[in-house]
Order: sequence, then C-alpha cells, then structure tokens
Amino acid sequence: MEVQLRSPKEIMKLSRLGCFHQSKLSFLRSFLEEFKDWKYSRDLFELNKEGYGRAVYSFSKNNRTYSLICFANELKDDERSDRVIATKWDAAFALYDGIPNKQDIERLYENVPKQEVGRLSYKELTLSRANRSVRLFNEVVESLSNGRQPDKNILSKVGYLYRTTAVYGSGKFGLADRFRVKNRSEIKGPFRLEMMLVYLVRQFTFDQINHIAKNKNPKRFVELDSEIAKGLGIGNSTGLGMAPFIVNHPTLLNNWVLARETVLKKIREIENVDKNQFNTFLTCLKKSIKNVKNWNTDSDFQKKKIKELSNDLEKTIKYLETINVNQKFLFNEIYKWAENQVCDECLEYLVSIFMEPFDEIVNKFKDKMSSDEDRYFTIPTERKTSELRDILEKNYSDILKLDFLKKEKNYNFWFISKNKEEPRLGRRFEVNGSELEQPLAIARDIKKLYEKVIVTKNSLPIAEFLIENDDLRHVVRRAFIIEKFPYSEILDNTIGQKLMPIDMLRFKLSFFGAIKFDPRSDKWLRICMFQGAPLPNQLNNFNDKWVYETLN
Amino acid sequence: MRSLSEIDTISKRALRAKGFSWGIAEEIGKSVKQLELFGLPGLKNLNQYLKIYDQNKFQKIKLISKSNISENKFHCPISLGIGFLDQIKSLEKLKSLEFNKIAYPILFLSFASRASEVLGKKILVKLDEKEFILNFNQSIFGNYSKNEIWENANSVLINFLDNNNSFSEEEWKEMTKFANETFVEESDELKEKSAGAGLTDND
Repeated sequence: MEVQLRSPKEIMKLSRLGCFHQSKLSFLRSFLEEFKDWKYSRDLFELNKEGYGRAVYSFSKNNRTYSLICFANELKDDERSDRVIATKWDAAFALYDGIPNKQDIERLYENVPKQEVGRLSYKELTLSRANRSVRLFNEVVESLSNGRQPDKNILSKVGYLYRTTAVYGSGKFGLADRFRVKNRSEIKGPFRLEMMLVYLVRQFTFDQINHIAKNKNPKRFVELDSEIAKGLGIGNSTGLGMAPFIVNHPTLLNNWVLARETVLKKIREIENVDKNQFNTFLTCLKKSIKNVKNWNTDSDFQKKKIKELSNDLEKTIKYLETINVNQKFLFNEIYKWAENQVCDECLEYLVSIFMEPFDEIVNKFKDKMSSDEDRYFTIPTERKTSELRDILEKNYSDILKLDFLKKEKNYNFWFISKNKEEPRLGRRFEVNGSELEQPLAIARDIKKLYEKVIVTKNSLPIAEFLIENDDLRHVVRRAFIIEKFPYSEILDNTIGQKLMPIDMLRFKLSFFGAIKFDPRSDKWLRICMFQGAPLPNQLNNFNDKWVYETLN
Repeated sequence: MRSLSEIDTISKRALRAKGFSWGIAEEIGKSVKQLELFGLPGLKNLNQYLKIYDQNKFQKIKLISKSNISENKFHCPISLGIGFLDQIKSLEKLKSLEFNKIAYPILFLSFASRASEVLGKKILVKLDEKEFILNFNQSIFGNYSKNEIWENANSVLINFLDNNNSFSEEEWKEMTKFANETFVEESDELKEKSAGAGLTDND
C-alpha cells in the first residue's frame, strides 16, 4: 500500500506549523547521537568564589576539537534582561574551532561578553549569552550549600538554571561562514554546532552552581545529584529574530518538513508492525504525558492548546489500549483515526512519537535535512510565463484566494530595527516605516505576481518578463523553488491581522528539539532544551528516548 | 575580518536602500559575496558605485544583442549583469558579444561567472586590456589582481568558449602510457581465474 505524503497545503499553514513537537529528527537529539563517542573534557575552570570567571569545555575525536569558552560575569539584578536589546548577561559563550590558546581566550574575553557589538573571527563557530533563572538559581545554591538536594517540585516548575537569549552562527558578527565547515561529516545535519554550544552551556551551569555552593559553605555542601541535573535543561528566550529565517531559507525549510513527512509516510506504509515496536510507541506516549502535565505557561493561548492536547492524549491512549495490534498497516490505522478524532496539536504530537520505534527509517533522513540555498538561487529564466502561471496555480491556490486589498489581510509589515538590527513586526496603518518593509510578505507578493502573469503572453520567456517586473523577482525565484521543493513555503499570510508570529518560532524550535513552549506574548516565547538529556560523562551509554524519562 | 554572510547581507540591504527591488538586491548580495570569495574587490566597487549612483545616470539595458553601444552614458554593471545572466541561454547562440562603456566592471564579472555555471561553458571576458576566464562559477582566472576601485572599462568583449580540452590528443596518449603502467599484464590463467566470466563465454 502506498500512502501519499501529506499535502503542503495542509501542513504548511501557520496554525499547523505551530503545533509541531520535538521528535527523533530533532537536532539536539541528533547532535547527541552524533557526538556520543567523542571525548568530553573540562579543560579550564577558573571561577572565583562567587562563580565569576572563565571556563573551557571540549569535545574531541581524532584530530578535531570543538571548545566552548565561557565567561561568567557579575550582573546586577536591574541589569538582567532577556530582551534582545540587553547589553549585559550573566554569562557569554563562544564555540571555538580547535583548542584555544591564552591569546585566543584573552581576545574572546574582550569580545564575547559584548555579543553583537564585539567582533568574532573565522575560528569561532557559534556565539551565545545566557541569564540565570535567578529565583531557581539562588534556591539551588541555598539547598546545596546547606547539604541538601533542591526540591524537585520547584525545579520542575522552571526546568533550567540558565536561559540563553540568542544563539548566533553562520557568519554573524564575523563568526565562521558555513562553507568553512559544511563538509565535516559530524556536522552535516543542521544546527549541530548551535546544539553543541547549548549542551555544553548546560554543563557549565551545573559546574558553576556546584562551585558557588561549595564556596559558600565548604563543610556542609553537597554536589547536585546527577539524576536531578539530568532533569534540568537549558532555557531559551526567543523573539521575532527567528521568524524570518524560515522564510529566507526555503529549501532548508522544505528539507526539514520533507524529512518528517517522508518518515511518517514510511511508518504508515509498514504492513506488519512488530508488537515490540507498537509497545515502544505506546510506552513513549504514556511517559511523555508527564512532560505535558509539567508544561507550565501563563499564556491563555497555550493553556487552551495544552488542555486540548491532554484531553486528546487520554482519548488516544484509551483507543490504543483497545486496538487490534495485529492488524495490517497498524500505524496508518492509528493515523487515520487520529486525523478524525484529535486536535492538530495532538495529531502532530502523535506523528512525532510514531518515530520512536523506527531508528532504521528515521536515521536515513537525519543527514538529509541540510541544504545549500545558493544551489537553487538562480532563476531558470529560459522557462515560459505559462509555466510560471501553472506553478503558481498548483502550489499557491489558497494564497491566490486572499484579498490583500482588505486591511486585515495587509495589516502588518516586517522590518529591521535600526538600533538592534533585529526583525520586528509593525502595524502598517498605525506606525511609520512600512516603506522599508522586508520581503517577508510572500503571500501578498505571490498574489501580485499571479495578477501580472495572467495578463502576460504565455510564451514570454521569464527573462523578458523580469525586465518589466523586477519588483517581483524575489517571488519569481521562490515560485521556481517551490516547484522542486513542495514544503519550501509557509502557505499562509505572514502579514495578516490574525498572524501569531510565535507559530513560526515554535515550528523552528520544534525541529531544534525544544519542549515546553511558553508564549510570553504573541511575539516571543520561552522554551526548554536538553531537559532529561544525558550528562556529558554519560554519553557513551544512554537511552535515546531520554526525552520521555525526565524526572520533571 | 567580515564574514561572507555579512558581506552578502550588507550588500543586499545597501542596494535595496538605493531603490533596487528586493530580488535584484538579493542577486547583488550573492554576487559580491562570490567576488570576495574569489579574491576580487566586490564590496569596494559596489560601495563606490552606490556613492555616485544618485548623481550619475547609468545606461540600463533591457534586451542584450550582439553589439551593445552606448553613446554617452556608462552601462550599469548590475542591470547589465542581471540581463546577461537572465538572457544567457539566448545570448550563447551569438557566440560573442561586445559592449562599450561599462561602469565598475568587476561587479559585472560576478554575474557573468554565474552565467558560465548556468551554461556549463567557460566564458572569456575582455575588459579593455584585461582578460578573465570564468570557470563555471568555481573560479575566476585573469591577469588582474588589484584590490582597487575600477571605475570603468571602455571596451568589453565576451566569448563563449566551447568545451574543449586544454591539451592535445598526443599529450593524452602520452599520459595514457604512463597511467597504463599501473595495470597488470593478464596471463591466460589470470584471465580465467580473475574475471567473472570464463575464456569461452561467448554468446
């Protein structure tokens, strides 16, 4: 039996993308698999009694070393901000390509804590900064320095000691361009180096808190229990900076979603599902409910989604407990049931957990999730306008129905702020600046393109069409990309009044492997990464379903 | 040192700020990045072009033909470059092209380099007395290596090079002789035992 890939018109809607969850394809899980046999070490740890100073951690294998350089700084409470406009942080980090010498560390000390206004070099791969979750951090220091482990209930409410507020890579602020490292086999998958940075930062937070607690009360101090540490991840605070990325990297977007959709298709096509495979799925599903129950948020939008998810998961488990597990195409049956019976949030949750028993299917796709956008950049200008029209009608049919003359469809515009060079979303009819709009209103511009194309001679080559229509060149390019990459486009209005930008953020973060999405507004959210992940010294032997084993 | 990613972004934004469309701005971002990767002064020349852009009216060509002569104004390297790239499949049939008066010709080179990749053919570009061979957008080889602003070229000749070898058949045969010394002479026994089929395996 052949199952069709799910249609991009169904999947690439913002509300659906905003229901995606972590899975075996997620980059942080792939990173751990990739680096599990690398040698981990803490090469430098020079912190004062208060925990300020520098540290270096590394992963090495054969002749390759990646080193995380950490700078922990004193920060007054009123200086601490998760917003991108902040200029100081509790700690700042850079991932260095190789083993840094003293001069490198001094150079980075002058630049890394400054983040965006510092300068990095081609020897640095990623850059980040993080702030303490102050209340939790102090609580844990207090407990450990008094000889007791922290209260797990308090830990579970937050889930991390530090929150990163940005992770930069790929040439930002002078960092190494992707082309310098893209052929290294260990980082072929997307965002491996960003994941490495975050993972090592997590370890730094544990070492730092132990160090501070020990110095506070050397006689009574106990070290943070490793099982409790495992249950802590790294938080992340994410704003609109992430949203344009998925519009500006169409083939990468396609490859992420295509991998997920193809894995789903292949699982649905399994005729005889082994009972153990079904049991693995069911066990992961049941264990995962703990993560849902501990998914805390003040956002009414998210609370409603979590409630629906919880209810539908209960319903699903009841259904699964009565299902005939010997029937053919078992996962296809489960999928078809879920498609009609549960909300999108739950459906996508199930799709993620479907993957758990099927390493042999999933692993083939982990390295296919990168892309070289430049390869598909040049427009095939010898093609005809009639072909472009066909592509638009086939791939953007829902978009073409939108009426952008209506205010609510053309309500917002994306721009880059002058003071921080970060993406922002403004209300077109209320604030200034829409004349400097970024090219992220793809749906509107595709509609404009279509209106031009349908009044143009069919046989006109695209080269000649572009002479008179160069204002539409960016979407002509995209149309020819979607022809080859059907999941390359958000098939929705990114400037409408009802836009929830956090759907875009959540989609990307789900591929990172984030959990516990906590929207703080419609434009930024907090998440948790690596919660439940093995510690670096446990990497040579760990349960790859750790994400469902968290103590929290 | 600025990364190529930064060069791409800044070039794109700068061009957009001058009123070019986003699609054109994206093209120039990629082009300047590529020039810098090849060691040619793309950003320096783009910067100068943008500084004088408002005072100078450049010739903006639409359909390129075999001979493209501008009486007064200099050709805009971006307009010409994009036209050349977009129309490359039809221009190839002309075998060679000529232009006069092109401003900031280094910027044009990057588009011609990409056109070489699209065509699958090397392109020879002569800018006044300087020559450049564009190799499928993998490299640009030429007798010019100055890190300077090159304001204009008065004469531009373009030849589409056929996919010919750079060596003679005689040289190939001589190389083959050397290479064959890595082969093992086959005795009947080797023929019988080392190949999949036997000696009498005739259909």
